[in-house]
Amino acid sequence: MNSSGVDKKRRQFLTNALTVVGAVGTGFVAVPFISQMQPSVKAKATGAPVQVNLSKLETGQLIRVEWRGKPVWILNRTKAILSTLAPLESELSDPNSTESIQPLAAKNQARSLKPELFVAIGLCTHLGCSPTYRPEVAPTDLGKDWQGGFFCPCHGSKFDIAGRVYSSMPAPTNLEIPPYRYIDENTIIIGENA
Amino acid sequence: MNSPRLNNFVNWILARFPLTKVWNEHLAEYYAPKNFNFWYFFGSLALLVLVNQFATGIMLTINYKPDAALAFDSVEYIMRDVNWGWLIRYMHSTGASAFFIVVYLHMFRGLLYGSFKKPRELVWIFGMLIYVCLMAEAFMGYLLPWGQMSYWGAQVIISLFSAIPIIGEDLSLWIRGDYVVADATLNRFFAFHVAAIPLVLVLLVFLHIVALHQVGSNNPDGIEIKENKGPDGIPVDGIPFHPYYTVKDIVGVSVFIFFFAVVLFYMPELEGYFLEHANFIPADPLQTPEHIAPLWYFTPFYAILRAVPDKFAGVLAMGGAIFVLFLLPWLDTVKVKSIRYRGGIYKKALLLFVISFFGLGYLGMQPPTPSATIAARLLTVIYFSFFLLMPIYTRWEKFKTVPKRLTSNDSLMNKIPLIKQVVSEITQDTVVTTKSGKTLHLKTPNPKGLRNASVDLAKKMKDSLD
Repeated sequence: MNSSGVDKKRRQFLTNALTVVGAVGTGFVAVPFISQMQPSVKAKATGAPVQVNLSKLETGQLIRVEWRGKPVWILNRTKAILSTLAPLESELSDPNSTESIQPLAAKNQARSLKPELFVAIGLCTHLGCSPTYRPEVAPTDLGKDWQGGFFCPCHGSKFDIAGRVYSSMPAPTNLEIPPYRYIDENTIIIGENA
Repeated sequence: MNSPRLNNFVNWILARFPLTKVWNEHLAEYYAPKNFNFWYFFGSLALLVLVNQFATGIMLTINYKPDAALAFDSVEYIMRDVNWGWLIRYMHSTGASAFFIVVYLHMFRGLLYGSFKKPRELVWIFGMLIYVCLMAEAFMGYLLPWGQMSYWGAQVIISLFSAIPIIGEDLSLWIRGDYVVADATLNRFFAFHVAAIPLVLVLLVFLHIVALHQVGSNNPDGIEIKENKGPDGIPVDGIPFHPYYTVKDIVGVSVFIFFFAVVLFYMPELEGYFLEHANFIPADPLQTPEHIAPLWYFTPFYAILRAVPDKFAGVLAMGGAIFVLFLLPWLDTVKVKSIRYRGGIYKKALLLFVISFFGLGYLGMQPPTPSATIAARLLTVIYFSFFLLMPIYTRWEKFKTVPKRLTSNDSLMNKIPLIKQVVSEITQDTVVTTKSGKTLHLKTPNPKGLRNASVDLAKKMKDSLD
């Protein structure tokens, strides 16, 4: 072996090998650094179902309950407002809720298990603001065609009374319906499928 | 300095640290063009505000609690119970808005005088990175008081990431650390706001200045002073930064502090523009405020987001509106730097851009009505056209001759006779006799003179656009 000369090939090989090993090592160390940002075990565990008593819910009244930190609306709809659902369908983006999230049993025109009682996650599918409940017909700010529904104050998305989004709105899909089921006539449990 | 002990001490330091070398390279022997004007205050002012944010921010962390259950109350505690806490908190919140005012003017200076052009592309890129960091700082800092606007603003901005196809949902979950904005989000934003991003900011400011001092400062004439050096190797049109510009900047600092103090002491919330009213209500995850808008410095981009009727396209447009600024050195390839010698096309385009930026900023604060949305769409098109059509419309530009040496402006003293003349044209002397029998000569506005003066001004403004 030549003792004074430098074996450049060998030196290059060692440099490359060290780079590869170093990169792999950095990659492994990065996993815990990045993964610690994921929801913690505690955050995942607090998604317990919520039980709601409906006996005091009046017709036309909307109440909000918290489930997994999100607002869930429970709305007792009138027969009159339910009759607006069918004629509106030509103006909606996804009238049959094929692109939207809901339990299979609620994939219908009223988007609910029983037509009157509407349960939905009150967060706009656009950027997560909570839309406002606007049951009045043809208010000045929403135009004379407004039949009652939900309006997002952040970016102007409009939803009908079944949480179905109108066409060419910022929101891409209808409001999400959480899994829920009836325990008895006046009690529902949110977070469990029927 | 004559004492041998002090001399020894100084020599001891200098043998171990290049203090004189750094001082000379960046201050005493850094030659800046001699014709800096008003627009050149904002770089050093940005540095001043940065120092203010660091100092007041550190003091706020002493009493603030990054916990969803305690945060809102701890801010109120700072405001009411901590000695001078209100002052420090308002200095920090006013400083945030002042930072953006100063930085927007600093960036606009770049557009006026072509300061982003060769050889200063990297100065511009580092500056843009500083701007992006500032936006992250402002956004995360706004969550910390845990008011209604903090909460829902963060909810909206984090949801922007969920619009990205495939990875979006997981990415926004990863940023929040929970299924909604929650304690985990607040805690990590605190860490980023007070530790991670400030460190990056300091590094970027360092790089910004190092890159600037490598190529030298631009100036209102857009001429390279390094191309005209005297026999001593010093640019003939250059003056040492210290003491000339350090002293000039002290004047700027004084005027700035005057305005800063007016806001700080008399209108710290500035009618909801610097601190929104809804943010004095604790965060409520069940109810979005009736009208939600970001703080003024984000509203142009927020208006662009709302103008696009598709979720992902809206997010792309908003990101693109910031990203397109990075490309500026390669979009504007005109060799003439300063607006003084550029053609009317660029001046008019820049004016349209300024109008679109202010217009979008205004619309971003307003509720999303149909007519406002149409206006926002039009202004968004103008905003992007200014940048993306730049390689095309600059082809027809007719330039003026760029001088070889810096030009000098009339000093303020020489402008006084002209100002006096204008004043005498737009006013007339009226003689009034008071009840006590004294005669007074009052200057009252002269309608004809005022009309002539405004026509002249309009003509001058129109001419300046050619």
